[in-house]
Amino acid sequence: MGRFIIRRLLGVVVLLFIVSIMTFAVFFMAPKVAHANVARNFCGRVCDDEAVKQVSIKLGLDKPLYEQYGAYLKGIFVGRDYRLGSDVTHCGAPCLGYSFKTDQSVAFLVKDRLPVTASMAIGAAVIWLVSGVSVGIISALKRGSIFDRTAMGVALAGVSLPVYFTALVALSIFSYKLKILVNVHYVGFTDNPLEWAKNLLLPWICLAFLYSATYARLTRANMLETMGEDYIRTARAKGLPEKTVIRKHGFRAALTPIVTIFGLDLGGLLGGAVLTETVFNFRGLGYEAYAAIATQDLPVILGITLFAAFFIIMANLLVDVAYAYVDPRVRYS
Amino acid sequence: MSRSYLRTGAIAAAVLALGATAACSGSSSGGSTGGATTKSAAYNAALDGIVNASDKKGGTLNYVASGDFDSLDPARTYYAYSWNYQRIYQRTLLMFKATPGNDGAQVTGDLAKGLGTFSSDGLTVTYELRDGITFQDGTPITSADIKYALERSFAEDVINGGPGATYLKPVLVGGESYKGPYKDKAGLASIDASDPKKIVFHLSKKFSDFNYLMALPISTPVPQAADQGKNGGANYQFHVVSSGPYKVETYQPGKLLTLVRNTAWKQSSDPNRKALPDKIVLTEGLDPADMDQRMLAGSADLEVEGTGVQPTAVATILRDPSTKKNSDNPSTGFTRYISIQEKVPPLDNVNCRQAVQYAADKVALQGARGGPIAGGDIAGQMLPPTLPAYKKFTQYDSGSDNTGDLQKAKDALKACGKPNGFSTKIATTNKGKGPKVAIALQAALKRVGINAQVVQVDASTYYSGFIGVPSNVHKQGLGLAVAGWGPDFPTEYGFFESIVDGRAIKQAGGNSNYSEFNNPKVNDLIDQALATTDVSKRNDLWGQVDHLVMEGADYLPFVADKALDYRNPRLTNVYISKAFGMYDYVNIGVGS
Repeated sequence: MGRFIIRRLLGVVVLLFIVSIMTFAVFFMAPKVAHANVARNFCGRVCDDEAVKQVSIKLGLDKPLYEQYGAYLKGIFVGRDYRLGSDVTHCGAPCLGYSFKTDQSVAFLVKDRLPVTASMAIGAAVIWLVSGVSVGIISALKRGSIFDRTAMGVALAGVSLPVYFTALVALSIFSYKLKILVNVHYVGFTDNPLEWAKNLLLPWICLAFLYSATYARLTRANMLETMGEDYIRTARAKGLPEKTVIRKHGFRAALTPIVTIFGLDLGGLLGGAVLTETVFNFRGLGYEAYAAIATQDLPVILGITLFAAFFIIMANLLVDVAYAYVDPRVRYS
Repeated sequence: MSRSYLRTGAIAAAVLALGATAACSGSSSGGSTGGATTKSAAYNAALDGIVNASDKKGGTLNYVASGDFDSLDPARTYYAYSWNYQRIYQRTLLMFKATPGNDGAQVTGDLAKGLGTFSSDGLTVTYELRDGITFQDGTPITSADIKYALERSFAEDVINGGPGATYLKPVLVGGESYKGPYKDKAGLASIDASDPKKIVFHLSKKFSDFNYLMALPISTPVPQAADQGKNGGANYQFHVVSSGPYKVETYQPGKLLTLVRNTAWKQSSDPNRKALPDKIVLTEGLDPADMDQRMLAGSADLEVEGTGVQPTAVATILRDPSTKKNSDNPSTGFTRYISIQEKVPPLDNVNCRQAVQYAADKVALQGARGGPIAGGDIAGQMLPPTLPAYKKFTQYDSGSDNTGDLQKAKDALKACGKPNGFSTKIATTNKGKGPKVAIALQAALKRVGINAQVVQVDASTYYSGFIGVPSNVHKQGLGLAVAGWGPDFPTEYGFFESIVDGRAIKQAGGNSNYSEFNNPKVNDLIDQALATTDVSKRNDLWGQVDHLVMEGADYLPFVADKALDYRNPRLTNVYISKAFGMYDYVNIGVGS
């Protein structure tokens, strides 16, 4: 098991390295190919060629791409030096550089915005996992019932409606019309846990609505398939109580694909729920990534992409480990 | 100047304050409300008077914004609302008068006792500093601090984004080759700060608008000691040292800026500021529609970006007299126009350009901008009504109902040799009102056989890299482009220089004269106006520029921009600053 995890962790490093090269290539090379000068976006309204040149120097865009990438990579592992004024400023590892637009440290930005995204993603994940899986199981066990049909109808709506629609409708009803949750904004958990939960309630529900629909449908399909297996019949034939058959034999086997998709979904969300964060004005990683793309703030795009990739890869690793506990057929040797 | 230097927004320099002149004069010295009309809440009351005038101190102001400032560093900021907002907690050598009406576009002494004294040859300007001016730690502000601050803006490899270098380089002796204080410790000799109470500038050419430059944030003093190490240079924006009545308590970029009283500031040294509230909280990063809701619910006091409320809120506010009386509809000083490129055939023929001018449906274009309230008044000339030289005229008739004069358009097409029309492209940003304007123009031109294809480009690169690069405009055949322009400071030079001076065309990019308008007569008039100190003569020269520009038919102005702003009824001392075209933040307080 230990060896497996170490092997996978090494794989994580290689994968992140590849992601960093690709992201760097896409965002730093694309403007070069299109003969656009990124520095022009950061040098003010009426900037002359000399100003563009000076800004290029400041942003490090005057150097060849491989040198820029090398310096970036070095920054992540051992830190690097920047000249931000009269003196040299050291940016300690892991240094993700400074925003072109605001000169803020990207590592700080990620650290600062992560709690927002994490609060949103983890809270929503708990809701959708509990509601989605329970609805799925009940629907499967009561196949064809009114509950099953209603639940699956709602689930279909949940899958089909984009979050920017449900979020706006929710805001319009609960915030503007009924005034139950007004001025929705992010409050830190440590500042006021009650306000934290209250303000996150709408984003949680909207995000969870989208995901739990998928989970309900997936759980239902898996449960139906599993409950039709021979070993379930055998279990019943042995005289096991129905509850034990469902819990120990049916649900456990149906859970495997749920764990896989849950890991991926949560990992992806931790990298930023762009739409939900934008609609609710929560300044999380997704919101920052979106804003950075709009202004071509390359270091911020790169930093958040790397971070998001890290979460997805780690989530995959955790899913693989979790398999061993969920599915007895899987063993790591 | 604009909400952003990409000119994606709609704010700028001034406000339509017709008839306000008489009521608002007489505040040349002393308290900012002296002589100005005080008013109770009514629609447009803040255009020419002070709503809820009061000297009551205390309370907390709750401001909101959708975005963040481009920078808190006075040398790097270029957003109009940021320039306005810095006046709360920073002082500059001169400042725009904190008073409503036309006076608000005039400059007065802030750190300096008064306006600069020009030498007889116009090449030396001297300012004397007030007594009792200090930084937030109580250190006296000297002329060296202002000199250092101005020099910083030349260091474009560190302090990027602001307009300082662009304006100062061609005006100050030795400016063109100076690289800023980080590289050149000796400093710029043409800024003389040898006397701590006096600052002297040596100009390389006559520049009658110099006083206006000294009212921009670039003249905010910066202590050299605070601009060192890891908190200096590019990072100074996170550690700004205050010189006004407030100082930064917390700054979380994109989220929050709180200002608290600066106890070192002395009221006796500052006749322009009342410093009423105890605290000013600015919550950033809110959705525009959400901000409107907060304002109407009373939980937010003002939207500080000055771009006006969203279309839904416009209807809500105007429908109800109880909310309408808390709103104002100022001119922002922007002219919205279509740039007609004279280097793109067949628009290289003036008759073809005139055909576009006549065929345009200005009512439809105004509608695309949001109608008469949220969009603005139909315009017939480039100069905005907020500038002193403005004299209304319409060069190209759009018919009695402003929907276009199709017969004249067809005649012009015949004269151009294209009686059946021609094909061209309309460039626009892909956001906001741009695409709507392009589509309205496309439909109007179609009526006379001009087929225009709409080309949408991402807003972040539209001005800088797309229509701002002449070779790209030629290559892609972008005959028409949707644009808008407002002055950096409320003078005709501030408005016209970048867009009609043919010598300012930048072939390599960053060009603002998209049509490549270059008339030697206009260039001469600009030089003459800059060297003319007599106001009426100068206004006459700028009036001639306005006419010549329209005769060239390169510019199709359609709207003199306006916005609907909302003020929380609890606020005191609210009025529109003519210099910024939005509420003046300097003296707003909290009432009951």
